[in-house]
Amino acid sequence: MSINTVIKKLPEIKSNLKEFREILLANLVMIGEIPAPSFEEERKIKFLMDRFTESAISESNIDDCGNGVGLIKGSVGKKAILVNAHADTVFSAKTDHTMQVTADTITGPGVADNSLGLAVLATLPYLFEQLELKFKNDILLLGGVQSLGRGNLEGIRFFLDNSDFDIKAAICVEGVELGRLSYTSIGMLRGEITCRVPEEYDWSRFGDASAILTLNEVINKINDMRLPKRPRTSVVMGSVHGGTSFNTIAKEATLGFEVRSESEEVVNDVGKTIENIVTEVSSKTGDDVELDIFARRTPGGIPFEHPLNECARTIMSSLDIEPRLAPSTSELAALIDKKIPALTLGITNGDRIHKTDESIVIEPIYNGLTQLLGTLIAIDGGYCE
Amino acid sequence: MTEDTVSDLQKWINENTYHHSQFWDLKKLVEAKEKMGLTISLCLPTLNEEKTIGKEIILFKSELVNRYPLLDEIAVIDSGSEDNTIEVAKTYGADTYLASDILPNLEPKRGKGENLWKAIYQLKGDIIVYVDADISNIHPRFVYGLVAPLIYREEVKYVKAFYDRPLAFSGNVRASGGGRVTEILVRPLFSLFFPELTAIIQPLSGEYAVRREVLEQIAFPIGYGVETSHLIDVYNKFGLQAFAQTDLDKRVHENKPTIDLGKMAFGILQTFLKRAQALDKFQNVDHETILRQFQVTKDQYQQNLIEIVEEERPPMIEIEEYKKKFG
Repeated sequence: MSINTVIKKLPEIKSNLKEFREILLANLVMIGEIPAPSFEEERKIKFLMDRFTESAISESNIDDCGNGVGLIKGSVGKKAILVNAHADTVFSAKTDHTMQVTADTITGPGVADNSLGLAVLATLPYLFEQLELKFKNDILLLGGVQSLGRGNLEGIRFFLDNSDFDIKAAICVEGVELGRLSYTSIGMLRGEITCRVPEEYDWSRFGDASAILTLNEVINKINDMRLPKRPRTSVVMGSVHGGTSFNTIAKEATLGFEVRSESEEVVNDVGKTIENIVTEVSSKTGDDVELDIFARRTPGGIPFEHPLNECARTIMSSLDIEPRLAPSTSELAALIDKKIPALTLGITNGDRIHKTDESIVIEPIYNGLTQLLGTLIAIDGGYCE
Repeated sequence: MTEDTVSDLQKWINENTYHHSQFWDLKKLVEAKEKMGLTISLCLPTLNEEKTIGKEIILFKSELVNRYPLLDEIAVIDSGSEDNTIEVAKTYGADTYLASDILPNLEPKRGKGENLWKAIYQLKGDIIVYVDADISNIHPRFVYGLVAPLIYREEVKYVKAFYDRPLAFSGNVRASGGGRVTEILVRPLFSLFFPELTAIIQPLSGEYAVRREVLEQIAFPIGYGVETSHLIDVYNKFGLQAFAQTDLDKRVHENKPTIDLGKMAFGILQTFLKRAQALDKFQNVDHETILRQFQVTKDQYQQNLIEIVEEERPPMIEIEEYKKKFG
């Protein structure tokens, strides 16, 4: 027996999957239309639980952190394979979450990141049953909460800290992009810098006092930092918010940023430099400048030649999927911290990610799902160790 | 209406008004349907609905055909869409028909009522459930909420949907719980001439499930009057006990401008007058003076009765004091 046994099964699995198109897409539409900003995923998890209950899987429950967990008992069941999808999206509950379906695409906020991933998770028990896929290992399905932004992977970390399962490998499912293969986490530090002008406005500083100007000073200084080329390091300035109108001086302005590096030491050094910049600008301007670091990742992961990684690449190549190797800062990082061999896989192609007209293409989903099922079968068969 | 009739009406409302959540157990519903040997067809009348039709078919097929076989057929009956409605519907496995291809020997007419009427001929179900194709927050409840009273209660023949106001939605939406044409035209007309029919909370809703034995016996206006005519005709033939109604929560669709509602009201009024006249409703000069509106409290739907008597003064010239003053 080898990975080739798995590869031979894939064309049949892929062709059978087409029969279940409406089941998956209906789950996607229903999940997608439930708003779930981080910390408010309850209704989405409830939907996932209903699906698990309907499929009569061995056990399902919502843990103390709010994660939805389903267990499909394996025939041997000494170890478990974890399949994870984060339930939260970047959109607020006030956003209109109506999904639009055409013959080729589905459009709506969060459809790709990560309603599709969660819909796949919700559909897996049904697919296992219909395709008569049996596993030796336990299959753990985790709809994780509080993953994005300030959520800081709280859901999956809670699950890993508090579960007794012996997890031999894990797959994180993301809606896009098909071909995504992440197996390492980079070092990361995520935070916000907020500048505030004192409430008592000093007219003698006419034209000078503005939280935006102060933040601009901070941004310039961060931009002037010298970053090493090796290990590769970058500072992502992701968002800026500030002010209220054209003619009122901005009282508050905020920068959202991430420091990313292959080296944990460099991440920490850059973090300290940013702390110094904040102190310096604050004392120079007299404004209140606050640094809030709320998420950190340590670099790590499995090597390129790890059997799990090789297995995934072989399966992808048999399905004509071109692997796109990229490090991740998402749930994979929490698994890496626990020394669990893990991968992140994408299901289909998408467009306008994190915009309200975010969309996914339907046809490649069959390939994406086949890749996921193939990888699960391969892990279960022991071909990835 | 006497006080007794009023309390009977409230009793009817209490006993025949459901919430879709009462029928959440689809397994049980399918078992009951199979035990009764019923077949159910879903008809989606369309005209340029490419934006919403795909989602409706996906949800109904997944939940009510594949998972729980409540529906025996899903059919789109199209009035000649110029967009991709038919292609999208076919992609997701619905049976698609052009209304003009059904009963081709009859002179073709264009209107939603035509599609609903031709569905009786084309579809095979003992029950036909009609759902508009422009609902953007579509959910399986739009079907199971309507067919369940027909499955569980043999005496019920016609189940009508009603909705709450879509408060949580932004954008171009309308409150369909008390639509403008319903409140301004239909409810006052029913209050005057068919007071029992005011027990139907949303007489103009486009979603209803009906037994074939009823559908085949009633006429269908092909335009705006179809829902109003159904209520009057079914009431006249089978009485109020043939009806039930289900709260389907929110329904979100595009708002219609007032000018379009004028056309709708005009069509409804024609249908209404034709029927009221045929039933001699204008002979009775002592018509009702109670307007029957609805108020929905937390768990109860209650009629709100308002006495409105339009008293009149004669022309001033007939008043003695006036004549004396102005000669």
